[in-house]
Amino acid sequence: MSDRFDQDELIRSDIHAFLAQHEAKELLRFVAVGSVDDGKSTLIGRILHDAKGVYEDQLADASQTDEGGEVAIDFARITDGLQAEREQGITIDVAYRYFSTPKRKFIIADTPGHVQYTRNMATGASTANVAVILIDARPTHGVLTQSRRHSYIASLVGIPHLLVAVNKMDLVDYDQARYDEICADFLSFGQDLGFKTITFIPISALMGTNIVHASPKTPWYDGETVIEFLENVPISGDRNLDDFRYPVQYVLRPNLNYRGFSAQIASGVVRVGDELTVLPNGQSSRVAGIDTYEGEIEQAVAPLSVTIRLEDEIDVSRGDMLVPTDNQPHVGRTIDAMVVWMSEEPLDINKSYQIKHTTRYLRANIDEIAWKVDLETLEQVPADELKLNDIARVRLTTHRQLVFDAYKRNRTTGAFIIIDTLTNNTVAAGMIAEPTDGMEESEFATTHTGVSPNERKRLMGSAGSVVWLTGLMGSGRRALGFELERQLFDDEIAAAVIVPEHYDDPAMSSLLTNPETCAAAARRMADAGLVCICVVDAHAAADRARAAEIVGDERFFEVHVSTPVEVCAARKSDDEAVRLAAASFEDPSADVLAIDLTDGDDETAAKNLMRALRAAKVIPTR
Amino acid sequence: MTAGAKLDQNTITHLKALEAESIHIFREVAAEFDNPVMLYSIGKDSSVMLRLALKAFHPAPLPFPMLHVDTTFKFREMYDFRRDVAEQPGINLLVHINPEAVDRGINPFEHGSQAHTNMFKTQGLLQALKAGQYDAAFGGARREEEKSRAKERIYSFRDRYQQWDPKNQRPELWSVYNSRVKDGESIRVFPLSNWTELDIWQYVYLEDIPVVPLYFAKERPVVERKGALIMVDDDRMPLTSPDEPTMEMVRFRTLGCYPLSGAVRSSAKNVPEIIQEMMLTRESERKDRLIDFDEEGSMEKKKQEGYF
Repeated sequence: MSDRFDQDELIRSDIHAFLAQHEAKELLRFVAVGSVDDGKSTLIGRILHDAKGVYEDQLADASQTDEGGEVAIDFARITDGLQAEREQGITIDVAYRYFSTPKRKFIIADTPGHVQYTRNMATGASTANVAVILIDARPTHGVLTQSRRHSYIASLVGIPHLLVAVNKMDLVDYDQARYDEICADFLSFGQDLGFKTITFIPISALMGTNIVHASPKTPWYDGETVIEFLENVPISGDRNLDDFRYPVQYVLRPNLNYRGFSAQIASGVVRVGDELTVLPNGQSSRVAGIDTYEGEIEQAVAPLSVTIRLEDEIDVSRGDMLVPTDNQPHVGRTIDAMVVWMSEEPLDINKSYQIKHTTRYLRANIDEIAWKVDLETLEQVPADELKLNDIARVRLTTHRQLVFDAYKRNRTTGAFIIIDTLTNNTVAAGMIAEPTDGMEESEFATTHTGVSPNERKRLMGSAGSVVWLTGLMGSGRRALGFELERQLFDDEIAAAVIVPEHYDDPAMSSLLTNPETCAAAARRMADAGLVCICVVDAHAAADRARAAEIVGDERFFEVHVSTPVEVCAARKSDDEAVRLAAASFEDPSADVLAIDLTDGDDETAAKNLMRALRAAKVIPTR
Repeated sequence: MTAGAKLDQNTITHLKALEAESIHIFREVAAEFDNPVMLYSIGKDSSVMLRLALKAFHPAPLPFPMLHVDTTFKFREMYDFRRDVAEQPGINLLVHINPEAVDRGINPFEHGSQAHTNMFKTQGLLQALKAGQYDAAFGGARREEEKSRAKERIYSFRDRYQQWDPKNQRPELWSVYNSRVKDGESIRVFPLSNWTELDIWQYVYLEDIPVVPLYFAKERPVVERKGALIMVDDDRMPLTSPDEPTMEMVRFRTLGCYPLSGAVRSSAKNVPEIIQEMMLTRESERKDRLIDFDEEGSMEKKKQEGYF
């Protein structure tokens, strides 16, 4: 145990001095990454233990007395997780741990290795100031694909400082050459990742080398220890204090004389008298007062939660953003972003999602996947789908104006989550890119459907289709169509019949008589999940082929109502018209189902047709 | 420095950062849920949580009620303290006692800590949340408090049976919280997630927040049960002989039902002395709670059943 952290003496002798010191501490959040084999749990356990972030009764759980009576602490057990995990021998989720030293208070986001790595790491890293990456110094290990992946994710979520802890130095005899080799290996790709600082420290978590104290085992190393680094890395400069951003959370109206807008300042500083603009609506006013529970203050700085009053009665509500009139963020409906997909359910490009950005929910469509990251090579590769743990560059359209900054500039106004509207799960995290020239703003947010075929199928129970009844007038097509609709409905399959002559509007009626137009209309209905039954003259084989093409062959089912022309003519007063039509009728090919309705038993015919539709999988089998 | 000194306005100390985060959480929930409620346990964490909530909506009153799920076995001083809190302007403090547990005369002496806690706290809580149709409930739990809480989300999702499934929690990034729930589903919200016991006490000290006097050392009548010092707070406590209780200088690190809360021998009479004692002993505060030791992972189990 180290005296470096030991504040016991101060606590014992002068508790008020200790309290004053503790009160002044800054908060640093860091994420620790690496697999179990890299010694991450041992490092965290060691830090918590040395910083007395572990209670003694918890420590007892992690200690074992061996045969010689020596008490050995299993540092990794200190960070043990939930019973459910212990039983399964896996770590599911990000765990948060706390300790403090005389200089700072720390929150560790402890992210598990292997399973669902990307998702967990992105979660734990999203708020971190520092990422600590462990690399196993042994010759068989070193800088692995995994180290590159971890570093990339750390840079993606905007962590400014990276600490590379080269661990297990005891197993390579504290060899400086091996350490230098690893540092060089790492820098060969790491320096392009955009970190503000990258720091290397040779350590042994197990032995406590260079964790708290500089170790005599590494005389060649004269840098900071892990704790010194965490205590001293300058983080106050990482806060964006230039761009005041104030996403309104809550409007306070305790009485008619008071109207205050409450929020946590996302970035920047605000002073009484500052001119602010409300986005997206664009009205401006000045800050009349900044209120807190303790009273009015003259200025406030990120990340404080305050309440602002404005001089003028302008319209401000939750979801609006107050910004300086002379320093405004981007406003638009099309954004490019990096997303980390976090759901077992893959991205469905045809459907609308909800996004939550600052204090607003917006409907959004992901229009395009530009590329995704191959996590083995960190190269950009083409992609037409996003699955769990994929990282990709996408373009989104939101249905209303989004007020944002690039994530690189602002980790609050540049971040959003994507929510599945059906399950309400958070399925992805997004980081907005700087808008590029030539990014076209679409006129209407959603120019195409936000409901995907899969979603419709889930609601309707089946995908839609088109049943095309062809034949002569008088053949009994129409009766068959409506009988089929009834039987489908009785089977809980939604259906509709298009008979052009049934429309009261003659323009509509004449439009639908055209087989091509009718097919286009039927296609929409099939898209919506209905079985659309078309009773329309399409005597030319070419017309029917065209209709099949419009609808899509796989869901187009043609039926030839083959009642002989004599029977048809006998049923109609204008028998000459029937004969004329018959002359121009091109018989469908032999593989098209033919139904002869001479007997007029459309109920049996519809039953047979149902069977055929099931066999052809046009409608679901029971 | 004196107690009650206000934190400086422009430096962002860790307590300022934690305070700002907690206030943000209160406002998000109040804005996005139809019917939130704040669970109130009368303890120090509840006192801090209440102060933070008041700060979040100042100068307006709290936009949601507070709810105490009572077990009828709290310390008398806790009931006094609760009465004083309820009398503050702008506070609506509701109390629920499981009527079934009262009818059956459930008590920790005859029925054991598990049955008592399950009937009054877990079942009582579920009843009250259901009756109030609350879609969000604030709780004062902290991640540092107990192993099974280290991975708890700030918005902890509960299904329509109010159950917590550790494998089915939503990822939580930045301070962007997903508040979408379906009818009957709800969340538990933990605004104090990132606070430690030291932070709580330091905040109590700096902000001069009232806490139940039981936290401070005083001569109190105690008996020893299962290795713990139990205060004899009323005549429901079974004694081996009328003169069994001894007067000892003790205080409590956590407050619950008096028969289930172990006292520690202490001379700490004010907050700095409490912090001093706490920092020099370093035993987790839950150690004194008898309910945690029933079986392996017991807190995790209680959580799955709906306990906080």
